[in-house]
Amino acid sequence: MKIFVDNRPFDVHAGQSLLQACLTLGFDLPYFCWHPAMGSVGACRQCAVKQYKDEADKRGRIVMSCMTPVTEDLRISVKDAEVSAFRAGVIEGLMISHPHDCPVCDEGGECHLQDMTVMTGHNYRRYRFNKRTFRNQYLGPFVNHEMNRCIQCYRCVRYYREYTGGRDLDVFALRNLAYFGRYEDGVLENEFAGNLVEICPTGVFTDKTLKHHYTRKWDLQMAPSVCVHCALGCNTTAGERYGSLRRIVNRYNGEVNGYFLCDRGRFGYEFVNHKDRIRQPLARKNGRLRPVTRSEALSQLRSILSGAKLAGIASPRASLEANFVLRALVGPERFYAGVSEAQYRLTAAIIELLKTGPAHTPSLREIERSDAVLILGEDVTNVAPRMALALRQSVRQAAFRLAEKLHIPVWLDHPVREAAQDLRSPLFVAATHGTKLDDVAKEAFHAAPLEIARLGFAVAHAIDASAPEPANLSEEMRALASRIAEALKGASKPLVVSGTSLNSQEVVDAAANVAWALCRIGKPASLSFTLPECNSMGLALMGAKPFVEGMEAVRNGEADSLVVLENDLYRRTSRENVDALLATAQHVIVLDLLANPTTAKAEVVLPAGSFAEAEGTLVSSEGRAQRLFRVYAPGGDVQESWRWLRDMMAEAGRQEATAWETFDDVLGSTAQAIPAIHGAVGAAPPATFRLAGAKIPREPHRYSGRTAMLANISVSEPKPPEDADSPLSYTMEGYPEQPPPALTPYFWAPGWNSIQSVNAFQEEIAGPLRGGDPGVRLIEPRPGNGYRSCVSEAFVARGEAWLLAPLYHIFGSEELSPWAPAVSELAPQTYVALRPDDASRLGAEEGQEVEVQWNGTAHRLPVKFRADLPAGVAGLPVGLPGTECAGLPVWAKISKPL
Amino acid sequence: MFSILRTLWNILLHSFRPRVTIQYPDEKPYLAPRYRGRIILSRDPDGGERCVACYLCAVACPVDCISLQATEDEHGRRYPDFFRINFSRCIFCGYCEEACPTYAIQLTPDFEICEYDRQNLVYEKEDLLISGPGKYPDYSFWRVAGVQIGGKAKGESEREDAPADVRNLLP
Ligand code: SF4
Ligand code: SF4
Ligand code: SF4
Ligand code: SF4
Ligand code: FES
Repeated sequence: MKIFVDNRPFDVHAGQSLLQACLTLGFDLPYFCWHPAMGSVGACRQCAVKQYKDEADKRGRIVMSCMTPVTEDLRISVKDAEVSAFRAGVIEGLMISHPHDCPVCDEGGECHLQDMTVMTGHNYRRYRFNKRTFRNQYLGPFVNHEMNRCIQCYRCVRYYREYTGGRDLDVFALRNLAYFGRYEDGVLENEFAGNLVEICPTGVFTDKTLKHHYTRKWDLQMAPSVCVHCALGCNTTAGERYGSLRRIVNRYNGEVNGYFLCDRGRFGYEFVNHKDRIRQPLARKNGRLRPVTRSEALSQLRSILSGAKLAGIASPRASLEANFVLRALVGPERFYAGVSEAQYRLTAAIIELLKTGPAHTPSLREIERSDAVLILGEDVTNVAPRMALALRQSVRQAAFRLAEKLHIPVWLDHPVREAAQDLRSPLFVAATHGTKLDDVAKEAFHAAPLEIARLGFAVAHAIDASAPEPANLSEEMRALASRIAEALKGASKPLVVSGTSLNSQEVVDAAANVAWALCRIGKPASLSFTLPECNSMGLALMGAKPFVEGMEAVRNGEADSLVVLENDLYRRTSRENVDALLATAQHVIVLDLLANPTTAKAEVVLPAGSFAEAEGTLVSSEGRAQRLFRVYAPGGDVQESWRWLRDMMAEAGRQEATAWETFDDVLGSTAQAIPAIHGAVGAAPPATFRLAGAKIPREPHRYSGRTAMLANISVSEPKPPEDADSPLSYTMEGYPEQPPPALTPYFWAPGWNSIQSVNAFQEEIAGPLRGGDPGVRLIEPRPGNGYRSCVSEAFVARGEAWLLAPLYHIFGSEELSPWAPAVSELAPQTYVALRPDDASRLGAEEGQEVEVQWNGTAHRLPVKFRADLPAGVAGLPVGLPGTECAGLPVWAKISKPL
Repeated sequence: MFSILRTLWNILLHSFRPRVTIQYPDEKPYLAPRYRGRIILSRDPDGGERCVACYLCAVACPVDCISLQATEDEHGRRYPDFFRINFSRCIFCGYCEEACPTYAIQLTPDFEICEYDRQNLVYEKEDLLISGPGKYPDYSFWRVAGVQIGGKAKGESEREDAPADVRNLLP
């Protein structure tokens, strides 16, 4: 439809607010309380424009653009003198008590309030009276609180309470004393609290981890990156200064993470800077690992590699390219996936389900738009956190439908919420214990893994009678299944979420049956599986052999030496197995970032580049191949795993390795050799890409200190490092034009220094990035195939033993993030979770140690009560130091030690 | 011909004028306090480091010859962990002083900083920091800023009310 802005006609989409339309058109219209993901509330009065009745109307009236829908032939003025003065007046009011903090404020330089103040032209303080002040709160290791800077836009509480469902942040007091914080000091409970840093347009909430090595946005060398802390592949911007990684911020990708990250992804980055990083090659001499030079290491490798029968252990947290060069080094016959047996089978099965079944894997945006969801066996918040935030939004679909019926625009946030009250589209959670999504779930079902699978099969059968039905269903479960089936059938975009958390083939099969049954009755159902690691999907697509076969090959002498790529094998199988494997192998070569039990047993350890020091392609659980880029050139001997492996090949006299000079060479060979990941080549433009003949600068145009930062070493500035692997450069020189989305190192637009500048990079506000959201989907469904057969035997609790179910912790269960001090502060100590009645049967109190025996090993663990566990089931946290958890669930004996 | 004679005459007259050239370095010239020479970092009236490590001088510098790293003491007072100026690059434009919100960085009327070895022109914080407030004896940024530091609690800055009682619901 057509609107007139300052008498110029523009074409805009119907159904949006005037503010959105103006921003899409590129007008500099200031705002505070509106947020593209949260809609409008009209709280700040900053977005005023003048609206005219018709061409003849010269007086017009001031309206809030965020509260005004676009209508045909709407006439407005942004520039009008009166409305400009109004906006300047509003900001002057907001700034009355604003402290004189910019120089010591971490928001400075990327502050939306600064930008809006400059934009409105308010530049002189007239108010001469006292400022109100507040005391700050301790909010945990992630977020810093400086309340004086608040302008009462209410974004934080709207985000925290309404968007994420958090309870412990609120607004207190009244009038100019409105206080945004917790009831009392304490760690913010919500897993998405870190987004407050970007949500808050001022410096009230800032990144506390950044504060410890504070750097302004303009001084960061940045590159597009992808989060490595779970399999969802959220896009991030990583920034470096003086050779250390300084922070992660969200990088908008309309299909994936949108505007938000989880706290593990935002604050887990500090493992890169950890003092235990392996930064030099290590070699074993006289039984001890000692640092050696690169050439010593390579010559030692040469002697190891000559005549060795190598087996390679690939990694679900290394890039496709690194895994591929390992495959080339050891040969596809001896290329083993370094994941637990259960994970191996499950991911393979999942790929088959997704590739041969009719249900497609949704992006996070599609998940957000699903209007009925069944979660089978996943604690999504702790396993794939960002997906939980998307699922939480999905329940609002019913509210949006209602709003449409009532002719309320969906972006008019509070009227929609008022109209909907508690109306939610159905979400069902079936898990082994209570999850954080239970509060928006229509029903939550807590049962043993087998029962969860049976419920899934029953739902599938209730949807389509030709799907197999589990025998001996209880009446209760049958009724629940039919309620779920009805809800899913009534939806227009139903979604089934499951995953590998429970290590259960049955659960995964059941999820597929539900989605397929929906497809069969003509619903466009989607099916999403969470996976444990950032490249679990990529590794599975590469067709490596299972780890057990690798262990077997070493045991029977088919292979005598191991090359372990970025993998702590002790996380994959029992200690006994790994000890035996590493003892049998004559030579063990390990490439990794951080010292771990596997590197401790290696003969040679090579320093691998982390995600910030290497480029690579990761495939997310959606099946989306995404490229991440080096943020900085690592100093010393650290280099990408693929380069180490290539060097090893060259040492072994393998000619083909010499052809792999740059990343694109390896990527090309990878894609050619493995058809399943052929599409990965398109994830980003090649290194030869140029924008107006120039590379894309990683450093912003205001990068400072160029001629001083290294002057203490030598006053003659070194040439910046070259990057032959990507179209990005380690300089600030380049054409100031928007690069392709996959190559956008940071969001910054004239007049918009904060992260809100992303508006200028989108085709339309909150829509796809200009040029398309990055990433290439590698997995598409194929309609038609039969159901998975179902399990029939029900779960039976055993009096004397418990089924140990895996419990996941967003902070602690993943391998890398606990190396970040802030994350480790929130990671729990290991424990065993028992129902209070079970514990009292054992005579154990909370916190007391009990002896837990499984797979022939005994562990002493403190008890933690969890009343939400089903009878006969106990819980064991995954991935925390001190317990072996590969292969859960298992039956365990629990007793009170004497 | 005439112009040549006039030139000679003028030169002759000039030789009776007072000298402008002085015998530097035996004689020193007068330089105004606002002369833009060697850069120093000054201190607050209370003796603490004035620089709050805001990076504004660094970003203002047209030749990018200032580099620093911010850090904080245990009470939240921010200061530079290191602060380096590469004088072999500095063009003494004074932008840094102009950008500085705290009057910490100041240019002084000292220009005698030549070195035989360029490396010696790299000044660290220890070389830059002087013991007094320089040209601005009274200003203290922390007295007007809203953040709390050791010795100054919330609400104790200039023109500030005592911290609000957020449990109070009286209008
Ligand atoms: S919030 Fe923005 S305007 Fe306020 S002190 Fe911080 S940087 Fe300055
Ligand atoms: S704390 Fe930030 S987001 Fe919250 S109301 Fe204040 S300025 Fe807005
Ligand atoms: S005087 Fe100019 S060139 Fe020298 S440090 Fe300051 S801003 Fe940079
Ligand atoms: S501008 Fe002033 S306060 Fe800021 S870093 Fe430079 S010297 Fe320090
Ligand atoms: S953005 Fe429109 S009133 Fe706040």
